[in-house]
Amino acid sequence: MKITQTLRSLRGNKVGAAVEELHRAENGLVEALLSLADQQKADHEVFHVARDLAGWSQEHVRRLAEVGRSRGLDLDAEPAEPGGLLATAKQKGSELMGRFHEPGLLLLADLRHLHREAAGVSLDWEVLLQTAKALKDSELQKLAEDCHPETVRQMKWAEAKLKESAAQIMVTG
Amino acid sequence: MTSIDRIAEPWGSRTPYAVGEPWPVRVDCRLEDGLAESDVDAWVQSASLLHSNGDAMDIAVKDGRIVGVRGRAGDRVNHGRLGPKDLFGWQANASADRLTRPLVRRDGRLVETDWDTAMAAVAGRTTELLEERGPSSVAFYTTGQLFLEEYYTLGLIAHGGIGTIHVDGNTRLCTATAAEALKQSFGCDGQPGSYTDVDHADVIALFGHNVAETQTVLWSRMLDRLDGVDPPRLVCVDPRRTPVAERATVHLAPRPGTNLVLLNALIHELVENGWVDTAYVEKHAVGLADLEKVVAKYPPERAAEVCDVPVEDVREAARVIGTAERLMSTVLQGFYQSHQATAASVQVNNIHILRGMLGRPGCGVLQMNGQPTAENTREAGADGDLPGFRNWHNESHIAELAKVWNIEPTDIPHWTSPTHAMQIMRYVEDGSIRFLYVTGTNPAVSLPELERIRSILSQDRLFLVVQDLFLTETAELADVVLPAATWGEKTGTFTNVDRTVHLSEKAVEPPGEARPDLDILVDYAHRLGLRDKDGAPLVKWSTPEEAFEAWKECSRGRPCDYSGMTYEKLRGPSGIQWPCTEDAPDGTERIYVDGAFRAAPDDCESYGKDMVTGAPEDADAYKALNPEGRAILRSADYLPPHELPSAEYPYQLITGRTLYHFHTRTKTGRAPQLAAAAPEVWVEASERDAAREGWSEGDVLRVATPRGEVTARVRVSGVRDGVLFLPFHYGYWDRDTGDTGASAGGNGGENGGQPARDRAANELTITEWDPASKQPIFKTAAASATLVSRTDGTPAPAPTTTASRPVGGSVQATRGGESAAVDERIGTSEEES
Repeated sequence: MKITQTLRSLRGNKVGAAVEELHRAENGLVEALLSLADQQKADHEVFHVARDLAGWSQEHVRRLAEVGRSRGLDLDAEPAEPGGLLATAKQKGSELMGRFHEPGLLLLADLRHLHREAAGVSLDWEVLLQTAKALKDSELQKLAEDCHPETVRQMKWAEAKLKESAAQIMVTG
Repeated sequence: MTSIDRIAEPWGSRTPYAVGEPWPVRVDCRLEDGLAESDVDAWVQSASLLHSNGDAMDIAVKDGRIVGVRGRAGDRVNHGRLGPKDLFGWQANASADRLTRPLVRRDGRLVETDWDTAMAAVAGRTTELLEERGPSSVAFYTTGQLFLEEYYTLGLIAHGGIGTIHVDGNTRLCTATAAEALKQSFGCDGQPGSYTDVDHADVIALFGHNVAETQTVLWSRMLDRLDGVDPPRLVCVDPRRTPVAERATVHLAPRPGTNLVLLNALIHELVENGWVDTAYVEKHAVGLADLEKVVAKYPPERAAEVCDVPVEDVREAARVIGTAERLMSTVLQGFYQSHQATAASVQVNNIHILRGMLGRPGCGVLQMNGQPTAENTREAGADGDLPGFRNWHNESHIAELAKVWNIEPTDIPHWTSPTHAMQIMRYVEDGSIRFLYVTGTNPAVSLPELERIRSILSQDRLFLVVQDLFLTETAELADVVLPAATWGEKTGTFTNVDRTVHLSEKAVEPPGEARPDLDILVDYAHRLGLRDKDGAPLVKWSTPEEAFEAWKECSRGRPCDYSGMTYEKLRGPSGIQWPCTEDAPDGTERIYVDGAFRAAPDDCESYGKDMVTGAPEDADAYKALNPEGRAILRSADYLPPHELPSAEYPYQLITGRTLYHFHTRTKTGRAPQLAAAAPEVWVEASERDAAREGWSEGDVLRVATPRGEVTARVRVSGVRDGVLFLPFHYGYWDRDTGDTGASAGGNGGENGGQPARDRAANELTITEWDPASKQPIFKTAAASATLVSRTDGTPAPAPTTTASRPVGGSVQATRGGESAAVDERIGTSEEES
């Protein structure tokens, strides 16, 4: 009897830990996307799409906080937001550097970073989904099923953008 | 025969007809004053080049000059009719300010030179850059107004010869979304519909398509159905009260940037009410479950709120569409140049797939084109697509093309998707592209955010070549300007949106030393020394007909198959629709009959893209999704537009066309009747906004966005509340026009030696594009408008015959008078002269 309770509570803790970890990682992804947008403002498509995709992660953060609440977790429902002095400075810097080709290398580095972050989040969602299925936790399962495909699209976008830009950045000087 | 003022009555006389009947013939003819048809020396076959409808005509020639035009009675597209731009636009050919000699920049000024010097400079700089910086430093930006033969040659030179992926056309601004939407839904570009669907449809739905102004003859056809027995019902989605809206059963005027919500809600209603052909969908489509999941989130109430349209109108529109027996739909810039362009346009395809309304009379989708030869830019590979709708990401398609061109597959750059126009400008901006060859387009007026574009194109490190008829705003920035021949001065073919191919023959000599674009491109290829893998010249033709024959081979077996056509056959009574093959020698009226799509994984042109991120899908994902090559129901969620009204910029600005002009008016501005009908820029505001702001018809306003400002007289029109409309035609080549409009604001004159840049709508537009189609978003910017001065009684210089019709007051009606008289012969069949 006691052992079962212990297992359950342990399991509960682990689910809580997974939700908490995802909440942290999704916030990290929001920051990575917004920072990419600011840094690459001169590349208009990167700027706008990165901000749209940050919106997905912001929504994921809100939903994770909500799910966390019913599991006794106190997670901040307010994700990172665009703006602030640093963002403005980055955007200005990007526009000033718009006439130079070399910052392209920074774009590749930023996309690589973003891809890694998104890949991590994607795996975290896999873990949560598997856990939810095993626990027959339908609320958690729906959350993972709704959010995970968007994480995969974020990752695919980073890869596609990198593929599209790499040759022009690397070959022409 | 009657004579009619075709400026005052742009669509001419009505010839009503009943459902299923043939559209009556009406031959329109306009000749120089004082000439009769019997005075004409020769009639030379051609088709419209000042809009995209593809109206067949004969050019009248007398004493070696073009003296008029006459519609071709036997042609399937127009049955003899012509639009105002055709009837009067030909006069521009003979303008005194045509370019007649090549120009090169010497000590900062453009000076006349000979062809050899100019071409040596162009080819010389290309060769230098290829050696120093490689093919990725070279780019081509073309148009939707050259001929098929020229595009095919340009694509071969760029892709197969030079090996650059930086090739695009200004079709990126007009039909990129049409192409992308078709690829997303059907795996391949190519229009399922036919203009004859107008004859059979019981419902015609027009999405962001003001056909009355963009394709006047197609609207005449619809008007004749509307005035006949069993008229069709119209559904119109447009933020302006267009002539189409005035005739519509349901007119929805959504907030700019919200089209996708409205379309998702319409599909929500189709699904909810069972207006779906389940048997068709089960047999011929994939993706229904995903689509249903997305549209479930868009009940009509959500559309009503987001789009600001009455909820009962959303339901009514859905009912009209859902209960149609033969539904025809058309889509144009209201969708293509708006936020979430591809996603919204794809939903129109979805409506037809869900309702099983494809490949039958009256059941067609026309994802319209904005330009006369845009279809050919796409087919022949001058917009970055590969010739023959081949797939960049399919190695066997690359190998096939390499075989046609007799080069190695590795000679065709295909490591990534082709670079679109806006990205080409970005690479010019960052200095990685150093050579830009512009043919037949005027980006210094037509691209968004002109201050940025001017500064990009003015860079010293860029070698800019401009090939055009006139010294355009872009040509003024060039290092070399090449004088080109145009319509009526050269021979070639082009294709309209319903896949009808027309031959346009040379009627007169070009002015001075101007040369056909094809001749210039062939010369360029020879000077570059481009060779195939056996050492023979890469470009193996020099005449249009030879180029056409080569293209036929390239197109063989592909959806846009021209192999059964010849110039001789095209000289027959009517244009011919592709595919035209040995098996279908007279062409093909409708494609995708009985669900026979070209979407199989090894056949399709594209594996599809994520419509929000633009990321392309790969072959494996596509094979898993669509192994049998069915139509694909793709869906997307709404995202708010990126620039929304604020306290500082409270309006939403949209740009667009007027009936009387084409693009940057390089031709229509030089045709007196057209120029007089819409002489100067104006801005439209709604009655309620004008009343609140205290603006009256003709007051001069300054319209501003964070990027620039435009000064224009206000027309109080039927545009929806909260929205300002600006026509995009007005640049700076004829800036000094006196007191007719913007200059009345006192801000239109010289300013520190620089002419004021406050006339072109694109001073205001935002640099942003649809991630999937890469089409710039001209119709979703936040703007302010302030009063500069009260009118002295002068109204806005806007036509009263069109969407810019004033809502009240006593503005004098737009008229052309004597000089706009056009002869109409109703019911005349083919007549020899």
